[in-house]
Amino acid sequence: MTFNFTEEQVMIRDMVREFTKKEVEPRDKWMDENGFDYELHKKLTQAGLMGIHLDEKYGGGGGDAVTSIIVIHELAKGSASVALFLDANWLAADLILYHGTEAQKDKYLTQAAQGKIFAFGLTESSAGSDAAGIKSTVVPAEDGGWVLNGGKAWITNSGVADYYIILAKTDPDAGNKGISAFIVPKDAEGLTVGKFEDKMGMRGSATCELSFDNIHLPADALLGSLGMGFKMAMQALDGARISIGAIAAGLSEHAMTVAKNYANERMTFGKPIAKHQGIQFKFADMSAEIRAMELLTYDTARMKAEGKRHTLEAAQTKLFSGTRCTQICLECQQVLGGNGYSKEYHVERFVRDAKLLEIGEGTNEILRMLIGGTVLAQK
Amino acid sequence: MVKEECKGIWVFAEQENGVLSGTDFELLAKAHDLKEKLGGTDTITAVLLGDNVSGLVDTLYAYGAEQVILAENVNLKEYSARPYEKVLVDLANKYKPSIFLFAASPIGRDVAPRVMCDLRTGLTADAIDLDVDEDGVFVQTTPNFGGNILSHIVILEKRPQMVTVHPKVFEPFEPKAGATGELITESVEVEADNDYVVLETSMKQFEGKPIDECDVLVAGGRGIKTEEDLNQLRELAHLLGGEVACSRPLNDNGWMPHEDQIGQSGTTVKPKFILNVAISGSVQYLAGMQNSGCIMSINHTASAPIYDVSHYGAVIDYRKVIPALIDEIKRRKAN
Amino acid sequence: MKILVFVKQVPDTDDVKLDPVTGNLMREGVESIMNPLDANAVETALQLKEKYGGTVVAISMGPPQADEVLKKALGMGCDESVLISDRALGGADTLATGYPLAKAAEKIGEYDLLICGRHATDAETAQTGPIIAAFLGIPQVTLCGNVEIEDGWAVCERLLPDRTEKVKVKLPALITVCAEANEPRYPTPINIMKALKKPRYTWNAEELGCEPDMIGIPGSPSSNKRIFEPPKRNTDTKYFEGEPEAIAKAIADVLEAEHII
Repeated sequence: MTFNFTEEQVMIRDMVREFTKKEVEPRDKWMDENGFDYELHKKLTQAGLMGIHLDEKYGGGGGDAVTSIIVIHELAKGSASVALFLDANWLAADLILYHGTEAQKDKYLTQAAQGKIFAFGLTESSAGSDAAGIKSTVVPAEDGGWVLNGGKAWITNSGVADYYIILAKTDPDAGNKGISAFIVPKDAEGLTVGKFEDKMGMRGSATCELSFDNIHLPADALLGSLGMGFKMAMQALDGARISIGAIAAGLSEHAMTVAKNYANERMTFGKPIAKHQGIQFKFADMSAEIRAMELLTYDTARMKAEGKRHTLEAAQTKLFSGTRCTQICLECQQVLGGNGYSKEYHVERFVRDAKLLEIGEGTNEILRMLIGGTVLAQK
Repeated sequence: MVKEECKGIWVFAEQENGVLSGTDFELLAKAHDLKEKLGGTDTITAVLLGDNVSGLVDTLYAYGAEQVILAENVNLKEYSARPYEKVLVDLANKYKPSIFLFAASPIGRDVAPRVMCDLRTGLTADAIDLDVDEDGVFVQTTPNFGGNILSHIVILEKRPQMVTVHPKVFEPFEPKAGATGELITESVEVEADNDYVVLETSMKQFEGKPIDECDVLVAGGRGIKTEEDLNQLRELAHLLGGEVACSRPLNDNGWMPHEDQIGQSGTTVKPKFILNVAISGSVQYLAGMQNSGCIMSINHTASAPIYDVSHYGAVIDYRKVIPALIDEIKRRKAN
Repeated sequence: MKILVFVKQVPDTDDVKLDPVTGNLMREGVESIMNPLDANAVETALQLKEKYGGTVVAISMGPPQADEVLKKALGMGCDESVLISDRALGGADTLATGYPLAKAAEKIGEYDLLICGRHATDAETAQTGPIIAAFLGIPQVTLCGNVEIEDGWAVCERLLPDRTEKVKVKLPALITVCAEANEPRYPTPINIMKALKKPRYTWNAEELGCEPDMIGIPGSPSSNKRIFEPPKRNTDTKYFEGEPEAIAKAIADVLEAEHII
């Protein structure tokens, strides 16, 4: 699918496709067993992918929102974990891109293009879907800086990140409007990174708990204005939900490719199982759904690139794509029969990876509340 | 060159340091087959370039050359593209051969295209078969796409019809002691190529025998999981008095050197016994080993093409069988 | 230093099939890529440029869509591209391919080093490089690994099956490079964004000054009479079945019968 890509976007797609085939897909099983792959991160940086959508003045590639979705989509065809890593990285770094001061952009975006890793910290152990219920706090310090206390849970890229964008309450009585965002370097005194979560899937992306014990931050650690953190985070999640659509489309295609190769080779009753109608019907449905995911994803990315509001569309994209991706991976596992249950044949890993897409960056339930509420209120 | 004036089958007798390449003999034998099919009137000529190489002339007769054109010059002592090109072009223009065969070796593939270009004729690359069709036309079979597709190439009007031929696809004759033929000694004038200087040469160190000289081979392919598994295959090969070899994927991933790769893009082998382990059998691999004496294959996919050429097969995960086989052979050897 | 690098578009697979009806290659669903060894050639060219300065011109001959591989070469960092495209060039054999490529090199002029991949993965002739060199009357070094430039000479490592040679060749010269020479870089986003703004030329046979009887089918001494899939062999295979130990015993029995052990 080209979806009216520019000539440059087609070239970038081809390049990432080749990169994924050679560098990413062969590492996916290793990452499932061993966790984050620093070597691959180095290669992503060398290939100029870490900052592909950042302006050239920061050392980026000068691409737009569609370009970055192309990268995530293509990477997910080889490894959902790596695509998720990049999604989480951009979710955090882009808060600086959209809300940072010129000085903050110069400092951090240049590093982002050079491969420094960013993590976005909103969720806490007692505040996931109910994001406004976070308990971490920041109070002004005497020197004009800030003091951060509390903790976070389920933070993607934690443990490997160089910088954290942390959401914390600056005005406990102001609800949503009392939340602000701060940039916290990994070596900040008082920052403790917990052990890696023993996750079901997406094991190539790191996830840990964080705890903050009187972390002293300088005045310019504040990102955006006071009290705007929650709004910034919700906007950022709109973008991240498009990325989840891209991961779902890519992972589904990866699973379908493995299943397709298997179906064309595996013989039963004297013919390849691909010649049995029961199998063909599965591929008919899966391929149609993958195309729908791609269309939703790229159309929403286009809206973002054009600067249009896309909260509803991003939620719809993620809800549809995440849900269908899990079902497609299960169907592909079924195509492989007993072998689908073996780790050697990869598809069981895809099933484990896929489930995250129905949970992270807004659960299906939260998305349905958002979409249902919006649609019913529309005139 | 005018087609009707051209006659004779030439074989470029490639030599380095006074040693003829084995492919020369394969080409001489095949030339006899072509001669017969073309009506028996063509002379089979070996063209020998070098310095002080006249001692090789009798060997060329012994392997089937009816005539040898010997061009000696101090500037032809070591191979260099442009001097060899010039001499071969001059000789071809003088004697007008109809067919000119080269080995598809580094030297053959280096010089033949230049000669072909100067003679404005055709050159078929890396042929795996040569024949004459029902119309009396010389036809070359050449692999494309790693041997998955074959082409029949013809050079209808231009002469000579030039071909580089894949090594080890034809059987040489048994050398006939005392065989003789006609020697044409050409005194050639040729300048050294001062623009091309070989500064130094370092010979590769090979472990074990070259795979095309082994009676027994154990070959591993794409399905081999780890380098430790590969070492098991090596242990097995050594127990059987042979060497370990591989198909292309294990060379591509760097586990095995190119000289141990079987296939059209590697080495063609004909051992007495070959065990293929976790090799599905691409066309180019099959072409590189299908003339082996006894072919046995272990692959967990029953439909793998390797079984099309195998005398014995076991459809099973190699990791279950190889350790058991090593134990079994050790046990029998101990008794 | 001016480097010309020749790249070819090939199908992205060895696993090609023939149409059972027409007997032609089935191209449908097969993606096209830059010949992998030509990517090594581009990498060599770019490394030499980075080390010694100069410009790199990528050249390809083929139908208009062959421009894709030139765009990739620009994305990798080449400075200019030349597409040689003309219906009159179609159906060319190696001689009639090398000729317009040599003409393009002459038209560009003042070249120092010409680089080709060792061979293309479709026809695997490995002839184009030497033919270009022969047309231009320049020396060649085939099968190169590492290459350095010293005072108007290229010093090349030549990777032969039994040995490695160090060869010095006077520029201008043509070299062909092996896969072992380097690890080709990926196009980078920054170069991709600049690629389409770089000078990109398309030349036809007339603009190259090609003699009409030297190109296309009339200029091709050799022709493809027939393409076909290799015949399948069907050897009677005796299969061993059972537990691994039983299979091992059966294999050992064969080895004894064959006097291997």
